[in-house]
Amino acid sequence: MMRVEVGTIEQLPKRLGKCVRIGALELALFRTGEDRVYAVENRCPHKGGDLSQGIVSGEYVFCPLHDWKICLRDGQAQAPDEGCVKTYRVAVEDGCVYVEL
Amino acid sequence: MKRKLVLIGNGMAGVRCIEEILKLDREAFEITIFGSEPHPNYNRILLSKVLQGDTSIDEITLNSWEWYERNGIRLFAGETVTEVDSERRLVRTDRGRVVEYDELIFATGSNPFILPVPGADLPGVTAFRDIQDCERMIEYAKTYKKAAVIGGGLLGLEAARGLLNLGMDVDVIHIFDYLMERQLDPTASKLLQRELEKQGMNFLLRKETAELFGNGRVEGVRFKDGTSIAADLVVMAVGIRPNVELARKSGIEVNRGIVVNDYLETSVPHIYAVGECAEHRGVVYGLVAPLYEQGKVLAQAICGRKGKPYEGSVVSTQLKVSGVDVFSAGEFMDVEGTESIKLYDEARSVYKKVVVREGKIVGAVLFGDTSEGRKLFDMIQRGDSLEALSLSLLTPASSGGKGSLVAAMADTDVVCGCNGVTKGAICQAIAEHGLKTVAEVRDYTNASRSCGGCKGLVAELLEHMLGEEANRYTVKETICGCTDLSREEVLEAIEQRRLMTVKEVMSVLGWKNEEGCSKCRPALNYYLGMLYPGEYDEEAESLFVNERLHANIQADGTYSVVPRIYGGVTTAEQLRNIADVAEKYNVPMIKITGGQRIDLLGVKKEDLPRIWADLGMPSGYAYAKALRTVKTCVGKQFCRFGTQDSTGLGIRMEQTFERLKTPHKVKMAVSACPRNCAESGIKDVGIVGVEGGWEIYVGGNGGTHLRAADLLCTVKTEDEVIEMTGAFLQYYRESAHYLERTSKWVERVGLEHIREVLFDVETRRALLERLHKALSATKDPWRDIVENERLQQMLFRDIGDKEPVPVE
Repeated sequence: MMRVEVGTIEQLPKRLGKCVRIGALELALFRTGEDRVYAVENRCPHKGGDLSQGIVSGEYVFCPLHDWKICLRDGQAQAPDEGCVKTYRVAVEDGCVYVEL
Repeated sequence: MKRKLVLIGNGMAGVRCIEEILKLDREAFEITIFGSEPHPNYNRILLSKVLQGDTSIDEITLNSWEWYERNGIRLFAGETVTEVDSERRLVRTDRGRVVEYDELIFATGSNPFILPVPGADLPGVTAFRDIQDCERMIEYAKTYKKAAVIGGGLLGLEAARGLLNLGMDVDVIHIFDYLMERQLDPTASKLLQRELEKQGMNFLLRKETAELFGNGRVEGVRFKDGTSIAADLVVMAVGIRPNVELARKSGIEVNRGIVVNDYLETSVPHIYAVGECAEHRGVVYGLVAPLYEQGKVLAQAICGRKGKPYEGSVVSTQLKVSGVDVFSAGEFMDVEGTESIKLYDEARSVYKKVVVREGKIVGAVLFGDTSEGRKLFDMIQRGDSLEALSLSLLTPASSGGKGSLVAAMADTDVVCGCNGVTKGAICQAIAEHGLKTVAEVRDYTNASRSCGGCKGLVAELLEHMLGEEANRYTVKETICGCTDLSREEVLEAIEQRRLMTVKEVMSVLGWKNEEGCSKCRPALNYYLGMLYPGEYDEEAESLFVNERLHANIQADGTYSVVPRIYGGVTTAEQLRNIADVAEKYNVPMIKITGGQRIDLLGVKKEDLPRIWADLGMPSGYAYAKALRTVKTCVGKQFCRFGTQDSTGLGIRMEQTFERLKTPHKVKMAVSACPRNCAESGIKDVGIVGVEGGWEIYVGGNGGTHLRAADLLCTVKTEDEVIEMTGAFLQYYRESAHYLERTSKWVERVGLEHIREVLFDVETRRALLERLHKALSATKDPWRDIVENERLQQMLFRDIGDKEPVPVE
């Protein structure tokens, strides 16, 4: 297993996504209003939109291109849309945020 | 500073008007109310019920003490205004209090008319008008036995019924041949008399009172024909007179009532009159429905939102007199030139009459069964022809069954005449809020809040709505799926409870999704910004990406940059500067836009603040729900056809209205002549120069829903263009749904309505005042961000590249 330190929790404003690149992989990181951190592939299953710039509500993000609603927990697009983004496990230890690949 | 509003008279009409004002603008006024009676506003119509022992004084209170307090209203109950100084704009009271006003409303109601006969001032003689009269009668009834009521109108009969209930013997004295001559025809009147006699009333008709006699207190009534009766209590119920003394003394024009125009304005500026004390187009109204209509119109006018004027009311009477239902409307007497259709069922004491003149239904009287009253009233108002009258309307109610009656009513049919509440409105409220009781319907819609005569119908509607009709009244247009509230309800709550953040709105109003969604969050953000200019800070996390980053997101995740070029007029230096910046940042595409601007496409997010700094130009707002561009044609400086300086006006408009947030994007154009090279006919606001002036078009759209703009008006000067456009924009800001373009909004609210609002000088002034407040709170967002390192870090910088590390 690989693990990446992507920064500190302070670098993630609540409900505003951030993008991080790890090699060829681009992830969108979200810290929700309830202070949970999620990482998903930063590519909307619809047209590849930049999810990190979407509006965050609870455990969902709305894609900025065409308003698809994506669940941050499991990556599933919500009905009536269909599709899925990859999700990654996140650990927060001593204020540092790690993503497991 | 809040304006000071003083209301003289704490009764039904005045306080209802205050309620309407609070609905429109909670913050506009510091409100003071004076009432001579020591009570909060109560339902005068139900006084007879108190007298009859059916209800208590507490139960007829319409606005509790707590209501005044909650709404920040200073109430001086039991204090009478004795002087109005309209020069210095202040009022004085019988307790020596002096209160200043900016706006003053007279709602002084009526005084009971006391016959000017000897003995009228004897103890034991009373009117029947207020709680005190009511209490006095109840008190007398404990000691005395014999009552006389002078006046066989509605009020007198109500009093008589009450006194019977209190165990007194009652004589009713009436000057005319028959009772309630203003509401009933002779046949109905005789039926009523027969019914009331059965209940124990004794009638003395065609009797004119000469004097009241007694030693120390009243002992009897003597008539002009020389006869007399004994009485320990005499109730004067011969009529009411508008209470206009104070107004007359204050130099306000008074006829029978205080003379008002269609906006309830009196002859003195900043003084208004509403209710029973007001005389409108020669008519003084005494029923509650017209008074409430007046209150609504006055509220709008006084809040600077003049809408439809008050043009008078057609009244109908639907009453329960001593348990008997009566109804009348229009011309109900049989006179020369009328014919009538009658149904007279003596056995069941039911009488129905419809009066026809020249083939049209002009009036009706119903006695005993008034269930068709509303329907007939609508027909009279519309002037329906006789053919429209189905004879079944006149047959006994039992034949059709009661359930089918409410089912047969149209949604526009009025159920509660006092408050003007339709069947549709009640059903809608029942469906939306899951209402179960008449009381709940009353609280939500005001139906049955006044005379209570429609309670039965409301109950039937409730029953009916549980059945098949429930599905017809589907949910209204809510902001989004996160709430059941409409835009109007949310805005009202925001203002009333002074909610200041998106989060607060969602939590106080019980949003189903705690954090909302991509529809409601930006909408609430807009509404809060509109309601609290300068006070509310936009929440970055509740904005759509384009408005958060002040750039347009593109399909590939890059952004576009459109700097402000006022009126589409640029210079060589500006173009050179833009070209340099484009080269420096390797901008992949430079495009001239449809709105005559330059678009730099394919810019990386993190480059945005730097590119803005290098451009040194204000944001062109090409990404925002705001004024986008003012497109212009060349104009008379160069064009051989141009009649006006279109570029000059276009630049001025853009400089005036830039940065103004609107419900959706706003595009404008200025053309110098009707050839219309700037395409003003498909813009939200399009200006066309004509010889000696400008035409202002509104509600045009060149997009998905192609729509030609409507001509709003023609004005002479550029200043007037700016003023009218400003008022239009502000009214759009205040009344459109978020994401509703002007084209849809103009269609929804109607051009005529918009004209009425904008053409009223006072309303326009108020709109412009609010517009300027909003404009003065704006600043250039690009510059703001360029100078703010924290914002750049939070919004524009990502975490960057990271290397993976293997873990055990």
